[in-house]
Parts: sequence; C-alpha cells; structure tokens
Amino acid sequence: MDLYQELILEHSKRPHHAGLRDPFDAEVHHINPTCGDEVTLRVDVTGDGAKAVVTDVSYEAQGCSISVASASVLAEEVIGHRVEEALATFEAMRAMLTSRGQVAGDESVIGDGVAFAGVSKYPARVKCALLGWTAFTDALARAGVDITSTSSTSPQGASS
Amino acid sequence: MADVLPFTDGELAAIRGDFPILTRTVRDGRPLVYLDSGATSHKPTPVLDAERAFYEQHNAAVHRGAHQLAEEATDDFEAARATIASFIGAPADEVVFTKNATEALNLVAYAFSNAAPTDDPKDERFVLGAGDEILVTEMEHHANLVPWQELARRTGATLRWVPVDADGALDLSGLDELLTERTKVFAFTHVSNVLGTVNPVADLAARAHAVGALVVVDACQSVPHLAVDVATLGADFIAFSGHKMYGPMGVGVLWARGELLEVMPPFLTGGSMIELVTMERSTYAPAPQKFEAGVPNAAQAVGLAAAVRWIEGLGVERIHAHEAALVDLLQRGLAERPWVRVVGPAVGTPRGGAVAFVVDGVHAHDVGQVLDDAGVAVRVGHHCAWPLHRALGATATTRASFAVHNTVAEVETLLAALDRVPVVFGLDTEREAS
Repeated sequence: MDLYQELILEHSKRPHHAGLRDPFDAEVHHINPTCGDEVTLRVDVTGDGAKAVVTDVSYEAQGCSISVASASVLAEEVIGHRVEEALATFEAMRAMLTSRGQVAGDESVIGDGVAFAGVSKYPARVKCALLGWTAFTDALARAGVDITSTSSTSPQGASS
Repeated sequence: MADVLPFTDGELAAIRGDFPILTRTVRDGRPLVYLDSGATSHKPTPVLDAERAFYEQHNAAVHRGAHQLAEEATDDFEAARATIASFIGAPADEVVFTKNATEALNLVAYAFSNAAPTDDPKDERFVLGAGDEILVTEMEHHANLVPWQELARRTGATLRWVPVDADGALDLSGLDELLTERTKVFAFTHVSNVLGTVNPVADLAARAHAVGALVVVDACQSVPHLAVDVATLGADFIAFSGHKMYGPMGVGVLWARGELLEVMPPFLTGGSMIELVTMERSTYAPAPQKFEAGVPNAAQAVGLAAAVRWIEGLGVERIHAHEAALVDLLQRGLAERPWVRVVGPAVGTPRGGAVAFVVDGVHAHDVGQVLDDAGVAVRVGHHCAWPLHRALGATATTRASFAVHNTVAEVETLLAALDRVPVVFGLDTEREAS
C-alpha cells in the first residue's frame, strides 16, 4: 500500500516543531469528528500585508499517523515563509489531497508534502491530512491575516 | 473450532450464497472480509427480492386510495408490521415504523417534550420540567444520548448518567442515588455497540419502574443477534434499525406498550396520522398510525419483514451461537497479542457481536487502513460513542462486528492482517501493552 510512505511514518513518530510555544498571535483547536482526532495550533505572524511572515507554528496533535505527520510537514514548510507562500503551499496540498490520485504534487512547492500523494486515493483519510492545514488557515484568519486568496478551507464530511 | 459452530460448512456456504456482495473483491482483488455489520449489515437476496417485488407488483401509497394496488400495498405493509411484531413478541399495533432507530428514539424524546407545554397533557408521566431527571448511561450511542440532552435543554430537566467501570460494564454501585423519584425516564442500551456488553435490562427496568420512571432501550445491537421478547424484556420502549438486521436502509422500528402509545403526543405530524382535520385543529388516528405521518416506507418495511423471515429461517439462537463462537475466537486471538488491548468484557463473559480494541501506539485509523489493505472491513473511530471512548481513555478504537455469514477463516484473515500493523508502524511487540 502506497499510503504509509517512510517519510510519513518518520514525521508521525518524531513530529517536527511539536509542542505549544510563545509568543503567538492566535490559537485554534480543531477536531475531526469522525475519529476524535484533535489539534491545537498556534501561529505567530510578523509584519503586515504582502510582507507578513509566519514566524512560528506550534501545535499539539493527537491523532492518526497521517494527521500528525501532516501537522509536522506543515510546520516544516511554512515556518519562516511569507504568508503568501504558506497559503500557496496549502492550496497545492489541498489540490493534491482532493485529486483522487490525479495530482502528484510538486516537491518544489510542498516539500515533504509529496509523501501524502497516496492519501488522495483514500477519501476517508483526506480529512486527516487536512486537519492541521485547516487549523493553520483558521489561525491565520484569527490572527488578522487576509486569507481570502484561498477558497473555503473546510473539508466536507459528516460524522456519526 | 469449526466443530463447535452451529452451522455446518454447507449451511454456512448457503448462507453466504444469499449475499451477492460477498462475491465481490476489494483493494486489488482481495476477497471482501466484512466485519462491520454493527454499522450496517449486508442484505440477503430474499430481502432485495421482497423490496423489488413490492415495487414491481404492488407499489402504491399505503392507507390511501381504494384501488386494488392501494389495497395490496396496504396489506403488504400491515403484514410486514405483524411479522416484525411477532418476531419481538408484540401485538402488531405496538410496532411503529420509523426511518431508523435514531428517529424512533427521537420520537420518544419528543413525546416527552411535546407533552410538556400542552394545556391538557394526557399523562403526567410524559410531562418534564425543572426538578425532573433523565437518566442515561456513559456507554450510549449518540442516538440514545443526544436526543435526551436536547430534551433536557428544552424542558429544564436534568440529565444524569450511569458511569462505566474498567471492565466496560455499567457501574451500578451508585444507582440508588441516580435513579430516584425525580427520574422520569431511564434510557440505556441493551447491548453496547462498542464494548459488546449485555446490560441486565430486566433488573434495570424493575428498578426504574419502582420509582415510576419509564424505560427506553436501544435494541439496535440486540435484536439482530439475540432473541428479544418484549413481553419479558421489561422495557417500556425499544428502538431498533432495519439496516443492521439484514433489512433495507430507511426503516427502523419503535415498539412501545400500547397504553403508552395511546397517551403519547405525536412527533411528526401531517397526512396519514390524522383522524379529523379542520382549519383550526386536528385530532389524531390511533397508534401506530398516529406516529407514521406521510406516505410510509412500505417497500422497506416489506424488505425488513423478509429479513425477519430470513433470520427466523436460520433461528436467532443459532445465529447468536455462531457469532458468539467467532467473537470468542477473535478475543482469544487478540489476547495472544500483548500489543493489543480489547475493551469491554473479558473472554467468556456473554457479549454481543462486537469486539473493539486498541493497538497501543497506533491510531485506530491506521490499524483500520492496514486491515482494509487486506480486504478486511472494520469500523474505526469512536463509533458514535464519544463519551464512552473518553471514559475508556481511548481516542478511537478498531471494532470488528459480526454477522451470521462470517467464518472462522475470516477471523484468521483479520488476525493475520493485524500482525502487519506492528511491522508497518515499527512497534516493539515484545513489550507488554499498557
């Protein structure tokens, strides 16, 4: 099965940038109601407008290997980057994850995120991989960042 | 092991032959090993045929019209009611068709709610307000918890609950404090959809009745797997789903004592359920029609009756013995794997057809994915019992749930697939699970 790439397993066992840190501009708590996975995520943003930079992303993720690894890769890919770039990475990740295996993902844009290409073939797991990313964009919005360049950030799906 | 199964290999092959879906493959050609019947069961051919025959030969809106098809459709629908009622030991007019068990439970909760504000409640038992209490348990499916939370919110009554102990049984040590003359309703599950725990319905009902409370039992996980006779069960209401007992989706059942159905206000209102309608007000038909507003799900009811006949043809006791043997086999297999922790009653304790477990260090979604890769379909998550999982200290569990078509070989396939989990995720299987 091509879902559990070594990179995903490594990130899930030793998630990068894990733990909640100060300072931060906004903190959010997102859950996946189908399985009870949770992520608490903080963002720290410096500067305004086009020059705004994601200074830090810190998080506590409790969940499956896909959701934990995804939060780890997210932190890796956006910390120190301009908000604009971070949102472009999010868009590229989402396009790949929701493509049902049609979009391979561009390593120059999403880095280790390409390891998640296999997830897109498992629709039930896409929400796991997007949990951290939707928390991240929500946190940016709460921190006062204009994220309207991205479309709706909430993956659809019901729970029981 | 196969020697103690109640069905011969030939019988089991015939049973499996009734399920067209079991011949398909999943994930690159692997045979389907379906161990998720607790979520929804597959449908045997006689059920599919009955539903199709209704549409092909008798289709009409029941309880309306005087043409021949309307008569036939109505006869089929009412015969289905009688078949299902007889299966649970009830008179036909005590069976109400709903769309599922969730709607059946909401119907009861709204009977309380709708009784509260009326100027002339027919029965004080259904009138709830501040100071009254609703008792549930910590092991409930959300369907038998959320409607009661909402009822409490609407009426000002207080929701209380019986906790679950470490073995996955109800902790009844504090029941005298929880179940008092303030309790108007005690709602609990017959068999836990996660733990498999079988609750002592008759004892709990007797204690509830002693303080004047009505007893609502979620029977979704018992009716398909155990002989349930409402005459001796002790409950005042039971709810169950058709689709979990080899029947179609879109049909469920509420059974209630006739005298309660008579005094309960309706839930959904509209056509079919009326006696007389003027522009100002309406009076209602007797039960069960009072609770079946709109054109009912007749084809699904007919399909469910076919499912009941199919179950009766095999014998519910034999079905239970077969599933119990598979549950026992799985529990013993899991017990040999110290990195797996089964939640719920220990091996040998009577339980329903579900076994949920945790692989410490690996999330249930990941366990389920590895099993799926081997063609084994299980449920992962909190199984609509989130508070129970909190009480168990587990974010999520992996649940295998059985039906009569499952085999010893399928349990072995599950266990073999499970052994790949430590390999994929690099677990040290020598250590003891915590």
